[in-house]
Amino acid sequence: MAASFDLNNDGVVVIIGSGAGGGTLGNELAQKGIDVVILEAGARHEYEDFINDEWDSFAQLAWKDKRTTSGDWRVAKDFPNLPAWIVKSVGGSTTHWAGASLRFQEHEFKAATTYGKVKGANLLDWPVTLAEMEPYYAKAEAKMGVTGTNNWPRLPGNNNFKVLKAGADKLGYKECHTGNMAINSVERDDRNSCQQTGFCFQGCKWGAKWSTLYTEIPKGEATGHLEVRPNSMAIKINHDASGKVTGVVYADKDGKLQEQKARIVAVAGNSIESPRLLLNSESSKFPHGLANSSGQVGKNYMRHTTGSVYAIFDKPVHMYRGTTMAGIIRDEARHDPSRGFVGGYEMETLSLGLPFMAAFLNPGSWGRSFTTALDHYDHMAGLWIVGEDMPREENRITLHKDEKDEHGMPIADVHFDDHPNDEAMRNHAYSQGQALYAAVGATRTFPTPPYPSTHNLGTNRMSEKPEDGVVNKHGQSHDIKNLFVSDGSQFTSGAAENPTLTIVTLAIRQADYIAAQMSAKTI
Amino acid sequence: MVTVYEKKAVDERKIGLSRRELLKRGGAGALLIISGSAVISPEHAWGLETSALKPETMATLIQVARDIYPHDQVPDKYYAIAVKGHDETAAKDPAHKELIEKGIAELDKRAGKGGYRGLGWEEQRVALLTGIEKTPFFQAVRGGLVVSLYNQKEVWPIFGYEGESYSKGGYIARGFNDIEWL
Repeated sequence: MAASFDLNNDGVVVIIGSGAGGGTLGNELAQKGIDVVILEAGARHEYEDFINDEWDSFAQLAWKDKRTTSGDWRVAKDFPNLPAWIVKSVGGSTTHWAGASLRFQEHEFKAATTYGKVKGANLLDWPVTLAEMEPYYAKAEAKMGVTGTNNWPRLPGNNNFKVLKAGADKLGYKECHTGNMAINSVERDDRNSCQQTGFCFQGCKWGAKWSTLYTEIPKGEATGHLEVRPNSMAIKINHDASGKVTGVVYADKDGKLQEQKARIVAVAGNSIESPRLLLNSESSKFPHGLANSSGQVGKNYMRHTTGSVYAIFDKPVHMYRGTTMAGIIRDEARHDPSRGFVGGYEMETLSLGLPFMAAFLNPGSWGRSFTTALDHYDHMAGLWIVGEDMPREENRITLHKDEKDEHGMPIADVHFDDHPNDEAMRNHAYSQGQALYAAVGATRTFPTPPYPSTHNLGTNRMSEKPEDGVVNKHGQSHDIKNLFVSDGSQFTSGAAENPTLTIVTLAIRQADYIAAQMSAKTI
Repeated sequence: MVTVYEKKAVDERKIGLSRRELLKRGGAGALLIISGSAVISPEHAWGLETSALKPETMATLIQVARDIYPHDQVPDKYYAIAVKGHDETAAKDPAHKELIEKGIAELDKRAGKGGYRGLGWEEQRVALLTGIEKTPFFQAVRGGLVVSLYNQKEVWPIFGYEGESYSKGGYIARGFNDIEWL
């Protein structure tokens, strides 16, 4: 039975956000008997409510609140008020994610040491190592049902994967398979197995793909220690004279401001909203925002070096059938500076339906060059590039000087300039992707520009030293002991892998730490 | 209120020939007829009634839409449905009405005698569109169209896109891995 806590209950842990970080942390704490209130900005849509229609689903799930953009990234030109394609709904972006669950590589936790000095990049080593993370990665994989781990079979390959695999073989790539996916390949955890429906981005109507919405959250609620409060938009975190946080002010479903008192606050609103909230919580004691003595809150915004390659063949593919991210090539994920850049990238199949293909293939484009591509939609195959991008201080989230949202909170501006390393990596990946499809007989290929960001990272980064970042190795803010960050904004660097598994891993680890600190009465 | 109506409704209107104004459409040479407040395709049995925009404007807008996103296998009807929202918006917003009417008038002017629809080759019309592609008029038409054209479920089969699949049990038994030519 889900709990219901009084606004004045100052013994609860308040978590802002119910996605991979917040939803997992909430359940993990509840399982330990700790009382938790999750404030979720979006509504609660259960999985049977999801819609197999791209635009209708976007209207249902996406975070559409206005944001502004600046910088030289193409998203700022194509989608000036939609820098990110993430979710405002219970479950957060775990409703929308594709399910790819890859551990980071050892060297990626030591980006500064491994890559050396990179001009214009604010690289730093993580304060944790792969060895420290491994036991928690194992727990996350077991929790999420990641294929290719724990003897769970990998998913069968769909048409889009088969084209990718044929190309990978021709190019001599060695590590190509249907991935490590948090999608049930067999029935488990009282959930269905994958029915190859497609529409993974629109929320899995079978519940086969792991989402906190129908795993962590109901499990946490069943303990009687977790309350999820939907339609609750956090505005400000309050603190006392000593500097400890004491509660969270939020706008409720009617737009009325409420304050939920708290013993501990954990911010997990994704890498745009989390720094926005910390910055907006400025006070006379913390004039630059909470947890910001380093000045790093909102900085080092990363979005992965991305892009897509679509290809047309003289025979049908029907790439949209089956899992959206149906397979992966990992050979380019290594660090090999001889390619002209540091870090690496993954190549993962991707498909869009016709409506989104029209919107994203080459935004703004028109005429026959564009439409003849869509004419062969059912003959298309596609892959997505996801690689490590460089953290830069100037790539950052700031509060807009003039524009405010309906609650009077300044909207977020997202500034991003591509680093030369990002561009070199993207161009390399475009070449490889185009060569791959050409090797299978593609008659035309499309180096497709990045979509609005789905991987938003780094804006409250972890650091060994308080002057270098916002939180310590447990996501605890350097400045305020009872304030935590629990989402991808903790990432010190981006690595080449999809971030969700690492966010979940950090949340499990953080729950152990919080519980221990609470027992020891240090927070 | 804009309506796109099917054959039966068109027949029932029994449009008098004397009121017809024949308008040549470029390229394929099919005809769009203006009657009163409607654009009618007698050959393909549909009509589109306008409330705020001039029907001539709507007829040109349909051609502009096709020239922006030309798909020879997609009938005019779907382009008409894709742009009818401009008439609905124009009915509520005088500024939008002016944007569209002036935009089309400008295209007609640049086209010279015979107007935009009088230009026989797609290349001629595309050259005019390229000349105005930075304008708010063009941006409004193209930006709306990328959703209103491609988000019509009726056009998806033309492109081989099957749409919703959950109700059919997904593709696990319906060809998710049926590729044979590799």
